[in-house]
Amino acid sequence: MNFDDLIQGFPDLTTTGLAQGSIYALVALGYTLVYGVLRLINFAHSEVFMFGTFAALWTWGLMGYDSNSTRPDLGTALLLILVSLVVASLFSGGVAMVVEAVAYRPLRKRNAPPLVFLISAIGASFVLAELMGAFTERRQQGIPGLLPGEPLFSAGGWTVYPLQLMTFVVALAVMFGLDWFVSKTRFGRGIRAVAQDADTAALMGVNKGRVIALVFLLGGLLAGVAAVFYSMKQGNTRFNVGFLIGLKAFSAAVLGGIGNLRGALLGGLLLGLVESYGAALFGSNWTNVIAFVVLLVLLMFRPTGLLGESLGRARA
Amino acid sequence: MTTETVKKQRWKLNLRDRFQDLPKPARIAAMVVFVVLLYLLPTKAFYENLGFPIPIGSGYLPFYTTGSDMAGVLFQCGYYILLALGLNVVLGYAGLLDLGFFGFFAVGAYTVALLTSPESKLITEYNWLESPWPWLVTVPIAIALAMLSGVLLGWPTLRLRGDYLAIVTLGFAEIIRIVAKNQDWILNGDRGIPSVGHPPGTWPDGEAIFDLEFTPYYWLVLTVIIAVIFLIRNLANSRVGRAWVAIREDEDAAELMGVPTFKFKLWAFAIGAAIGGLSGSLWAGQANFVNSNTFSLENSILVLAAVLLGGAGSIGGAILGGFIVIYLPEWLRSVGDVFGWPTQVEIAGIHIDVSPTSLRFVIFGALLIVVMIYRPQGLWPNRRRAAELKDRQKEVAPVE
Amino acid sequence: MSERKALLEVDNVTLRFGGVVALNQVDFTLYEGEILGLIGPNGAGKTTCFNAMTGVYLPTEGQIRFKGEQVSGKKRNKITKMGMARTFQNIRLFPEMTALENVLVGADAHNTTSVPTALLRLPKHWREERQSKARALELLDFVGITGRSDDLARNLSYGDQRRLEIARALATNPALLCLDEPAAGFNPAEKVALLELIKKIRDSGVTVLLIEHDMRLVMGVTDRIVVLEFGRKIAEGTPEEVRDNPKVVAAYLGVPDAA
Repeated sequence: MNFDDLIQGFPDLTTTGLAQGSIYALVALGYTLVYGVLRLINFAHSEVFMFGTFAALWTWGLMGYDSNSTRPDLGTALLLILVSLVVASLFSGGVAMVVEAVAYRPLRKRNAPPLVFLISAIGASFVLAELMGAFTERRQQGIPGLLPGEPLFSAGGWTVYPLQLMTFVVALAVMFGLDWFVSKTRFGRGIRAVAQDADTAALMGVNKGRVIALVFLLGGLLAGVAAVFYSMKQGNTRFNVGFLIGLKAFSAAVLGGIGNLRGALLGGLLLGLVESYGAALFGSNWTNVIAFVVLLVLLMFRPTGLLGESLGRARA
Repeated sequence: MTTETVKKQRWKLNLRDRFQDLPKPARIAAMVVFVVLLYLLPTKAFYENLGFPIPIGSGYLPFYTTGSDMAGVLFQCGYYILLALGLNVVLGYAGLLDLGFFGFFAVGAYTVALLTSPESKLITEYNWLESPWPWLVTVPIAIALAMLSGVLLGWPTLRLRGDYLAIVTLGFAEIIRIVAKNQDWILNGDRGIPSVGHPPGTWPDGEAIFDLEFTPYYWLVLTVIIAVIFLIRNLANSRVGRAWVAIREDEDAAELMGVPTFKFKLWAFAIGAAIGGLSGSLWAGQANFVNSNTFSLENSILVLAAVLLGGAGSIGGAILGGFIVIYLPEWLRSVGDVFGWPTQVEIAGIHIDVSPTSLRFVIFGALLIVVMIYRPQGLWPNRRRAAELKDRQKEVAPVE
Repeated sequence: MSERKALLEVDNVTLRFGGVVALNQVDFTLYEGEILGLIGPNGAGKTTCFNAMTGVYLPTEGQIRFKGEQVSGKKRNKITKMGMARTFQNIRLFPEMTALENVLVGADAHNTTSVPTALLRLPKHWREERQSKARALELLDFVGITGRSDDLARNLSYGDQRRLEIARALATNPALLCLDEPAAGFNPAEKVALLELIKKIRDSGVTVLLIEHDMRLVMGVTDRIVVLEFGRKIAEGTPEEVRDNPKVVAAYLGVPDAA
């Protein structure tokens, strides 16, 4: 175990961890929202994220930027990012809603057992990934560099890059937005009601079908945002990137407490940090194993996670 | 009951029950004829004698680089059917959703490879072995190791609820794959292990039976399948099978009636893993070369699709599913070749691979969804399972 | 009075679920060979008590001892093997198994055939199958549903389903049989038949603990009664003592308002 690297690089590792964790948190929210309302692990969410990365790639391509272009100036870069955020989140949101309508709603109507839902979810995940694979010849696709590559500031061995800061800030802003939406708006109340007791909510006039569609939409929007930042950080994307990110994001959701929105935020950031520090300690080959070990240990000993509450009881 | 329902029921009864009503000698005779037919499947002479103008498959299934024919596809069907039978015990009988089932196949294959290849690191670098072992000896070891990995996987995870179990087994299998890919000390990652051993035996003229031709491998796997079916049925029609059904239908009540649920769930995992490992060792006996791509997730899903399409909980369903999942894309491709279906299409400058074998995963992923919606009991269901699912549908559907 | 052996001791058991106190210092003893009734208005905690006894819930405080040994905290199937069996308030048969198969599952409780034995069809498998089947048929006869052995459990009539549950529980060879509202939904004739069956069970050597709402049935078959209300024991004694106990009357009928 390499403690020196950990201690020396601590500030850098922390910034990296927080930025990566923000991405996990955004995707984790999608899992936690759907689980809170439907008690279902939405396996297809990872592909919703993956589609977002391609939406960003294609948007930038249409606007004239691909992996071979020179970096644009800051103003253009910001514009590109903004446009892609809108497009990717809408695209992902749309895909998520389609998945719900095609793969889950018919099962709800038939009162299918949970196992059947899970299998349909896996099928959906597969169809989406393989479709994209067929479409892209399963090749990796390069992402253009947009934000300036120079660090934002560098003080005493601590370097912060613009992308990291932007990821963290935007993610937090989006999450606060979601939190406000769920606690303060009528739609949010509907979500919480259905999460707590679907049948009673229906009797009280809440349109369960619409709430569920909304929940999928929200999850998709968030995944789209995450996808944009992921693409910029990673520099490339591929038809099967969804799987690993999805698994980690789900672990983060469980870590924070499945069904708990703030838990997803906490879990995501925490997982990002743990991975970052772990990579310094054990070597980067083991980062993927870390998330999985976290998941396994959690589920065995504390399946309710850190914050433990469910969506229905989210405090305003 | 309307006359429609009565008619449908009578028709359904006819096929299965008519067979059951035959006197025992007749049933056995019919089965023997059927099995003999199965053995004859890959022989060209069989078709020519029957007078088929165009032999089904033969010549239309260019597949492995050895230029093999239908026997190769049948062999692949064979070891996938074995996999489906194994997963059927885990998922169909005990009701446990294991998404990393293919990992047991890989354990079996790697064990055989490591012990039988002269280039295995066990021999060349670590000197654990002096010389490669014969294939036959390594098969029981492969099965045992696969069982052990099943128990190791099941022990911490079987206490978890269904959906958590699913994702943990998924993650487990994927982590094993990543570790195998990156670790060079034994498994050799992508580079893999070449020159894996073959099953023993020589023809009267001195030539090895298990060499390049697929047909002997197919016969071997067919024999194994028959033996495994026999053993699984022994389990199903015993106290163990009863316990599995009880666990599946109402685990809490089963436990309160004295059923040691954890023990039998673990056994289901172990048996399934053993069969998976057996399948892997058979495949390795033919494959010549094993590398970390063997572990890919997509294969686990394919086995899952096989079990579910065929009908979880029924041996016939597992066989049907395993067969469809492998044979159908191959057959479609060859049919496509005859009729000129392109392997690639170009739309707006993008090349899309549309060969049925490449689209296999899309097709079966979509079929999974469709089957779960319209016929969750599968094509050839276990009667009990089908009834369990119908019961749920009749319960009041939730208010929307 | 002869020395009665205590079979089940519920020793000052409290059970809390979050904020709710489902059982509050409940304390009673069940003696071998008796039929004990556990009654109380809805929500009193009777089924919760059953669940605590059979290992479904873990008491927050207190202990439950069966045959002198502590059961709280043991695995459920171990408790059943120790000799405590139960039926359920809302019937929990295995719906797609036949009546015979349902009882066989119970009979399997003490069988040791496992995978290797079944796989290789060793003599033990055949022997245990034969014995279990014989015992299962005997029990179906004992509860009065012979001839229904090959019917699917979900196709049986309501009354037969209740009897089947009892047969299945008896198949585990219990020393104590806990019946959770076995007469719910029965008409008077069926209740009389059930009463006879319970007596027959006791006479065959099995102690019975009975949750029931029907007062006539309870009075007619039990030797002693324990009364719960809001998780507390409010009375204990013979049927006559309990019937005349003002606290019990108040619990069921309510206290009249001050005039």
